[in-house]
Amino acid sequence: MTTTMSTPATPSYDDVVARYEPVIGLETHVELGTASKMFCGCSTTFGAEPNTQVCPVCLGLPGALPVANEISIESTVRIGLALNCSISPWCRFARKNYFYPDMPKNFQISQYDEPLCTDGWLDVDVDGEVVRVGIERVHLEEDTGKSLHVGGATGRIHGATHSLVDYNRAGIPLVEIVTKPVEGIGARAPEVAKAYVTELREILRTLGVSDVRMEQGSLRCDVNTSLRPIGTATLGTRSETKNVNSLRSVERAVRSEILRQAALLDVGERIVQETRHFQEDTGRSRSGRSKEEATDYRYFPEPDLVPLAPSAAWIEELRGALPELPSQRRHRLATELGASDHDMAAMSNAGVVDLVAATVAAGAPAAEARNWWLGYLSQQANAADVEPADLAIAPEQVARIIALVADGTLSSGLARQVVDGVVETGQDPDRVIEGRGLRTVNDTGALTAAVDEAIAAHPDIAEKVRGGKVAAAGVLVGAVMKATRGQADAQTVRSLILSQLDAEEWTWRT
Amino acid sequence: MAITRDEVAYLARLARLSVSDEELDVFARQLDVIVGAVARVAEVAADDIPPTTHAVPLTNVLRHDLVTPSLPRDKVLAAAPAAEDGRFRVPRILEDEA
Amino acid sequence: MSELTQLTAADTAAKIAAGEITAVEVAQAHLDRIAAVDDRTHAFLKVDAEGALSAARAVDDARAGGKPLGPLAGVPLALKDVVVTEGLETTCGSKILAGWIPPYDATITKRMLDAGIVILGKTNMDEFAMGSSTENSAYGPSHNPWDLDRVPGGSSGGSSAAVAAYEAPLAIGTDTGGSIRQPAAVTGLVGAKPTYGGVSRYGLIAFSSSLDQAGPIARTVLDAALLHEVIGGHDPADSTSIDAPVPPVVLAAMAGAAGDLSALTIAVVGELGGDGYQPGVTAAFADAVARLESSGAKVVEVSCPHFGYALPAYYLIAPSECSSNLARFDAVRYGLRVGDDGAHSLEEVMSLTRQAGFGAEVKRRIILGTYALSSGYYDAYYGQAQRVRTLITRDFAAAFETCDVLISPTTPTVAFPIGERIDNPMSMYAADLCTLPASLAGLPAISVPCGLSEGLPVGLQVMAPALADDRTYQVAAALEASYGRPLIDEVPSL
Repeated sequence: MTTTMSTPATPSYDDVVARYEPVIGLETHVELGTASKMFCGCSTTFGAEPNTQVCPVCLGLPGALPVANEISIESTVRIGLALNCSISPWCRFARKNYFYPDMPKNFQISQYDEPLCTDGWLDVDVDGEVVRVGIERVHLEEDTGKSLHVGGATGRIHGATHSLVDYNRAGIPLVEIVTKPVEGIGARAPEVAKAYVTELREILRTLGVSDVRMEQGSLRCDVNTSLRPIGTATLGTRSETKNVNSLRSVERAVRSEILRQAALLDVGERIVQETRHFQEDTGRSRSGRSKEEATDYRYFPEPDLVPLAPSAAWIEELRGALPELPSQRRHRLATELGASDHDMAAMSNAGVVDLVAATVAAGAPAAEARNWWLGYLSQQANAADVEPADLAIAPEQVARIIALVADGTLSSGLARQVVDGVVETGQDPDRVIEGRGLRTVNDTGALTAAVDEAIAAHPDIAEKVRGGKVAAAGVLVGAVMKATRGQADAQTVRSLILSQLDAEEWTWRT
Repeated sequence: MAITRDEVAYLARLARLSVSDEELDVFARQLDVIVGAVARVAEVAADDIPPTTHAVPLTNVLRHDLVTPSLPRDKVLAAAPAAEDGRFRVPRILEDEA
Repeated sequence: MSELTQLTAADTAAKIAAGEITAVEVAQAHLDRIAAVDDRTHAFLKVDAEGALSAARAVDDARAGGKPLGPLAGVPLALKDVVVTEGLETTCGSKILAGWIPPYDATITKRMLDAGIVILGKTNMDEFAMGSSTENSAYGPSHNPWDLDRVPGGSSGGSSAAVAAYEAPLAIGTDTGGSIRQPAAVTGLVGAKPTYGGVSRYGLIAFSSSLDQAGPIARTVLDAALLHEVIGGHDPADSTSIDAPVPPVVLAAMAGAAGDLSALTIAVVGELGGDGYQPGVTAAFADAVARLESSGAKVVEVSCPHFGYALPAYYLIAPSECSSNLARFDAVRYGLRVGDDGAHSLEEVMSLTRQAGFGAEVKRRIILGTYALSSGYYDAYYGQAQRVRTLITRDFAAAFETCDVLISPTTPTVAFPIGERIDNPMSMYAADLCTLPASLAGLPAISVPCGLSEGLPVGLQVMAPALADDRTYQVAAALEASYGRPLIDEVPSL
């Protein structure tokens, strides 16, 4: 079923959200960063030769049995705690039965009606406003292998003549985080979805449980979307969009699904409950298998694994050992850095919160640190097409440069040159200043000599200045600056020139 | 409790068994008798009786997160009905992933 | 028949250790015996003469090198084909696994090899251990050495036939609902199902995961105990394995052989007898009870009201679990593939392969299990069966408040003729009536010969609380001793 019905005229997004309320839900799969797989000792290293990280257990060979990885359980509980969930005091794994060639046992060990973590929430910031996203459940399961479809035009399953299966990924621990339906967010649904995944990714990174790389599939997102006419209460039929593999796509997927569904509803078509596959290239989704013909998964408790019973003491121990979470950190930093919500949002968007904090910690005033990182340093990073954190300059070095500006050693222009020098050479600011002779020239004697030279070289201009045409002094200032290779302070030079020529700065008199 | 021929046909599809028509007749007849007999479990256990899923009262049996050697790929693929480029080769797949 | 094949396992090991005979001689004698009689018993699916002789040689070399030998070093064994053996074809009695050479050993395979046990080959069985007669084997039935027209029981019927025909002194069976005890009973042997979790299931091809247990089949209680201690004990590769010492079954077998049971109260289960039990079975059982009483045991009768529901509960739980366990046989990674002609899709190839590779009983149980687990029926069937399981466990617990062990006939009838029940699944299922309660409760149970009925062996089952396997051996050994010599001595010599 790849064709859609004749596509009605697409209404505008603003028009759609004025008439329909989108309700979204997100299912996020996170591959945990354990050394070994969920139920066996095979390595989880990404990118190995196909079928070299497999054993009787993860290949589902007859007779093999699973034993759960303790770190995967611990990581799942920590994720649950970070998402304000209740941790189940007793729960079991369950078998989800369906046939698919990348699933070696033709059942997936998962959790069904007894997830490890339930009923939490996550606050996300959308343009300075907090939206609380309810967390339905966090559970643990095993990942599947990967199929390569051969013989078709595009490497897709349709049109392929055969497929090739690699089970290296089969059995890697996978945590599924499911939100409750997110309602009442109207037109911001796409931004909320993106902000949720962004914040979740930050949390997972902070917990250190996964490398959360969407492009490698260690963080995968399915987005459920439905529409209902504004003012009505019952949820509309939802679609589930899979394959959403970047933060940008999360936003695009929700937006395009809102538009697609609205176009259908507008002409009286009904929405089919189905799985759709997001296409990164077009930003649209195509229909997959309809859930109405979905298989009966015949869940039952996994007899090969005994129940999990995390003790209250262990849960509290894990809770106590949680690292500072991104939201707590932002709150603390806002206070420490004296930053407004707007400043924090700007720093967060630019990816410099940590850098500013570290620069302040190295002794720089907060406002200076913020200006440097949001200004010149962000520009340099942008120009080099890297993240600010990847610039070859350390926050301590930035702090040193700020200090040198403050004590007058550097002018702001020189300071920028020092930054460039540090980035180019990897040397410390003081070495760069030394090596390139970038110190501000404060020696009035040396400057006076340069001024005298400039006056001698431009007698006509000197005469004009003496005659009261003060504006002409700019030429002499430029000559002195050139002679001192920019190390003089322009304002000082100007004063010196005027005093040598007995001219006075023209001022407006009332 | 009765089980119909259609139900047996549906279950066979779910279990990926391309059962023949004759077999379907036989199974439907036999399963109807068996289901009738096993349905007796409904006579006794009340809802307040907890189900036993595991005969041993163990919990939290876990392993350390240690990497152990995998199987050599030659050995893994030697058992495969078909292999290509280090992978298991299968005929074209009709259905998308669940 | 060479005298070497008539020795007990204990004597064989002792003589090898003492240098009176060599392990190679013993292995060769058994290989010769297999060559002579297996065309009639069809106990073995695969004989590994080369592997057996090289394992035997290793034991002889170790002895010559002065290394200490284990209590069963050099003793030959017949291994049920449900147990995975690295490099040795393992089919589980099914066409779907024909030709499969496993790349790994089961934990119990490893333990036996490490103990110097000589694996002669793999024995026949009902396909995927589903059956009570070996008639469900894809490779044809095994025959009972007591009467070749009768079944040797099942599903471990190849193992029981092999030991009863002196093709091996020891065998491994597996028991899900009675598949060690019932074949042992109908062939005049000792067969023990350990406490669930007592023996590793790693490398046992799963039928019903919450019930399966491997255990010994032997001609004497002591031999069974010796093998039990080799295979038993905690295995970190099996999450359901109990981390406790193996119950002292060898000591218990020795103590029991002294014949004094005066410290024990033995309870006869009222529900496991009466109508439907052959008179000869009932008579042999009654005689055995009298013998136990003569040994000093106090014999009482108890009622276990829910045992009558064991059969329906079992035939919901085991098929449900098997429908999931057997899903992996899909023509992708190993085993049979049918219909891969470029025209059929993978889905069709899977269905054609499973249709061609599984026998009727396996398909019947997969369909039944799929039904019992499907949405809408789960609570009424699978869920309810698991509640019955709780009730049966409670019956046992109540009974063990008043006694040390429970006893019953192992089977309601002696070995039935080949072909008699194959078309009637329910009558076949009835063969497990007495053995199912202990399976569902995960308790240890042993079957020990208790006389003959019309020339065919009858078995008595002893059941004990979890981890009290030693008690079952003690009672079995006392009963065995009361007959003076093993009943198996009366088996026809073929």
